[in-house]
Amino acid sequence: MKNDETPGSADGRQSEPLIEMRDIVKKFGRTVVLDGVDLEVHRGEVVVLIGPSGAGKSTLLRCINGLERINSGTIRFNGQDMSYREKDLNRIRSRIGMVFQSFNLFPHLKVIDNLTMAQVDVLGRSKDEARDRAERLLERVGLPDKAQAYPDSLSGGQQQRVAIARALAMDPEVMLFDEPTSALDPELVGEVLHVMRGLAEDGMTMVAVTHEMRFARRAADRVVLMADHGIAEEGTPEQVLEHPTSERGQAFLAELTDD
Amino acid sequence: MSFYDYLVDTAPIFLEATWVTLRLTAVALVFAMLLGSVVAAMSMSSVAVLRWIATGFIGLIRGTPLIAQIFVLYFGIAEIITLDKFWAGAIALGIHNAAYIAEIIRSGFQSVPRGLDEASRSLGMSRTKTLRRVRAPLALRAILPVLGSQFIIAVKDSSLVAFIGMQELFLTARNEAASTYEPLTMYLIVSLYYLAIVLVLTFLVGRLEHRLSAHRR
Repeated sequence: MKNDETPGSADGRQSEPLIEMRDIVKKFGRTVVLDGVDLEVHRGEVVVLIGPSGAGKSTLLRCINGLERINSGTIRFNGQDMSYREKDLNRIRSRIGMVFQSFNLFPHLKVIDNLTMAQVDVLGRSKDEARDRAERLLERVGLPDKAQAYPDSLSGGQQQRVAIARALAMDPEVMLFDEPTSALDPELVGEVLHVMRGLAEDGMTMVAVTHEMRFARRAADRVVLMADHGIAEEGTPEQVLEHPTSERGQAFLAELTDD
Repeated sequence: MSFYDYLVDTAPIFLEATWVTLRLTAVALVFAMLLGSVVAAMSMSSVAVLRWIATGFIGLIRGTPLIAQIFVLYFGIAEIITLDKFWAGAIALGIHNAAYIAEIIRSGFQSVPRGLDEASRSLGMSRTKTLRRVRAPLALRAILPVLGSQFIIAVKDSSLVAFIGMQELFLTARNEAASTYEPLTMYLIVSLYYLAIVLVLTFLVGRLEHRLSAHRR
């Protein structure tokens, strides 16, 4: 694993997970979506959630930053219990970046303002400071010339890279990706995955729901296969994607290789 | 006398009446915007009772004619307190438009995609900040064109206040028609005044819309 540069790892804190979810139950009405799920994510770790649709992958991801409220169970972020008081939740959310399937850029704001708004409003950075940070991140995602553009004038791949930069601008401790390439034309998937792989190589803690198995193989430290409202199997990409032991894992793999 | 002569001759009196119509409509619309915003907020509230009140208000006002509302307010309230014609007309027109404006505002807010709200919240923006920086500006862009046409309707509907004897544009035209025996001429002339007001209003709303739609160009 690549978290040896994590500050404070010498005092034994590396054993404490950044995200710790215990016995999570989530229902929509009477439908059970997550039925007692446990998940730990450590600093610097890249975790990829895979599985058939309806398995609860996205819901689990959305529970991490409280976009979905859990019915029971506990979520700890950085050892701190995520009480669901609104004010605490806002603070915790500012430290958890999230990238959505449909980008969700603010259409009335220029790219640069999409990146600076929360830096100024939430982190209290000065406008200049926020702009500096935004420009450096646009450079990093390969869009330095798009600062003054409006989101609607960009391609899907460009919009998603801006969305990644927007999340990174908050200097998050972890990045969540909810099917970040599923809404993209096939030829645009590569540029987004490229940015994501770069982040993983830089040691960013990441949790990604994706159907991109190449990304899972190349970037993930751990693959978590979800099925039937819970975790069916987890392990290294090799274990889960090449030699699954569970019945659900074997079935899922068979379907993947089928077509 | 030609049409042109009548137009020039009646200009002073119609211009004065135009000023009354403008004041009447402006007061009514300011009131309608305030009340309409409150009703819209109530209709989107998580408190069921507030939603019921809003739905009831909107249903009642939209379900009855404006002229009846003006009469009820002017003649009905006159039994309790004396309300002068201007204020009775302005309040009736205001309440009437508030119901429509409430619906316009509600649908504007509901047109903002949920994902944008989630994106903002996921950045740590509070509910209030998200409302101010994301939901309200986007709702405004959806609301403005529809609101503009509601304002146009309100200008023309203000003519109904003539029926409680308020000396605005339409009553002025009626009086002029009676005294000159030229109804066709006078109603054509007053129509030109309404048309002029509406054209100016359309132009102003169009400019505002243009300014707010930079992201679509």
